[in-house]
Amino acid sequence: MTSFLTLLYKEVLRFWKVGYQTVAAPALAALLYQLIFSHVLSTHVKVYETLSYTSFLIPGLVMMSVLQNAFANSSSSLIQSKVTGNIVFVLLPPISYGAFYAAYVIASVIRGFVVGVCVLLASWWFSPLTFVAPLWILVFAVLGAALMGTLGIIAGLWADKFDQLAAFQNFLIMPLTFLSGVFYSIHSLPEFWQMVSSYNPVLYMIDGFRYGFFGISDISPWRCLSVVMICYLLLTGLALILLKRGYKLRS
Amino acid sequence: MAAAIQVRQLTKRYGQLVALDQIDLEIQQGEFFGLLGPNGAGKTTLISSFAGLVAPNSGRVAIMGHDVQTDYQNSRRCLGVVPQELVYDPFFTVRETLQFQSGYYGIRKNDAWIDEILANLDLTGKADTNMRKLSGGMKRRVLVAQALVHRPPVIVLDEPTAGVDVELRQTLWKFIRRLNEEGHTIVLTTHYLEEAESQCGRIAMMKAGQVIALDRTSALLRRFATHTLRITLRNGDVLPARIAETAERRGTQWQLQFERFEQIEQMLAELRNAGCVVEDMEVGKPDLEEVFVKLMRAETE
Repeated sequence: MTSFLTLLYKEVLRFWKVGYQTVAAPALAALLYQLIFSHVLSTHVKVYETLSYTSFLIPGLVMMSVLQNAFANSSSSLIQSKVTGNIVFVLLPPISYGAFYAAYVIASVIRGFVVGVCVLLASWWFSPLTFVAPLWILVFAVLGAALMGTLGIIAGLWADKFDQLAAFQNFLIMPLTFLSGVFYSIHSLPEFWQMVSSYNPVLYMIDGFRYGFFGISDISPWRCLSVVMICYLLLTGLALILLKRGYKLRS
Repeated sequence: MAAAIQVRQLTKRYGQLVALDQIDLEIQQGEFFGLLGPNGAGKTTLISSFAGLVAPNSGRVAIMGHDVQTDYQNSRRCLGVVPQELVYDPFFTVRETLQFQSGYYGIRKNDAWIDEILANLDLTGKADTNMRKLSGGMKRRVLVAQALVHRPPVIVLDEPTAGVDVELRQTLWKFIRRLNEEGHTIVLTTHYLEEAESQCGRIAMMKAGQVIALDRTSALLRRFATHTLRITLRNGDVLPARIAETAERRGTQWQLQFERFEQIEQMLAELRNAGCVVEDMEVGKPDLEEVFVKLMRAETE
């Protein structure tokens, strides 16, 4: 237990010590999206009848920040440790692969939360928000962040160099999050693209999360929960297998 | 009493390359053991297999009787490893680094021991300095400290003095010798053969994944090393032909190799008979470097 708590604390301290880069910068980026999109689009776009576009945008941006930062935390920590070689400090002690997994994922969830809360508090100022079903908000935030933290572990283990990880981030994570209904409702898309979007797991995380605020969504929150849960369990299974085998950690 | 390190038929292949070729090795508790060999001989791979960083293709390793695969929790607790690369985590201070390392081994409040290690390695003044601000030699010392936080009975040092200045080398050896006297088993690899010669009670020499010599340091020297004699003759004196055959000219000096001391006595008698006058004479002690070079060559031929 002590080894798990130590690793968790170290992972949290790692991002906290460079908070301007790991918390403030992504929060600022999200606020800029909020400012620009709501300024440009609020008079043109109406997603739901009862909701202003500015309000619609907030949960999506919050969740996008949570997801991207959760992924960034575990993946960047692992790749940095691998490239600099200090990964050996956690490979020499008797830390079980389960504790290793849990520490990296929970630290990712914490970073996602910290950034998410910053974005939420700051964007509240732009537009009023409701919290119809807070439990759904929490469930999707935790599960989504854990899923992306897990994916970050897998990417961090797989990548040998920073540019490989950057490719993973730019060609997979970015498109998935941007094309997930953060900025629009999928019902506004042509049918073909609606179908394509329905294979994007991030869509379900955003939509379920948004349901918690307004009580309305494109897809039922239960369906969202099942999709996200299944994806999470699959990725967790994969991550645990890789860690148990010492994939790219122990030759 | 279990062996500090027991290696049985250990083989590790990387594709076509056989990094470790059926190694058998047993290091007893309390030994100061040296692992020598040229680059690529498999020293670091062997050490990594002690630590579970390398999964062998076959064979087994046990640390203090604990198998590194099946009982890794206990085997890792018994082992402290100082890696060869100068690695560090740039986010943290020296103290944080050591506290984390203690925690990974399940030790909560370890500050008294951490302070003691810091004092012994002359790091007390740097405890709250960020790792990235330390010089190379200091980072090396922190690596040693990290390997000791959990008081492991077996300590493995991979090239501990590479790129380290003389003063630090002294501090380091003093501390490591003390740990050995207190009962810790020490295993080290080094490129500095004089260090291995002066510190290690027993030595294994590795080449191409195999242990090609394993003995007490003194026995290795007796078996393989020769005495070197350098003489300078009076101007105009000519070295007798029989001796000159085996001698090597170095400037004004002649250099000769002898396996036993008595042979030197015989040669001096011959010189006297030939009317030569020896103006200067040095006798070199056998050294490990010579043994090393001999063994490595012998294996190649």
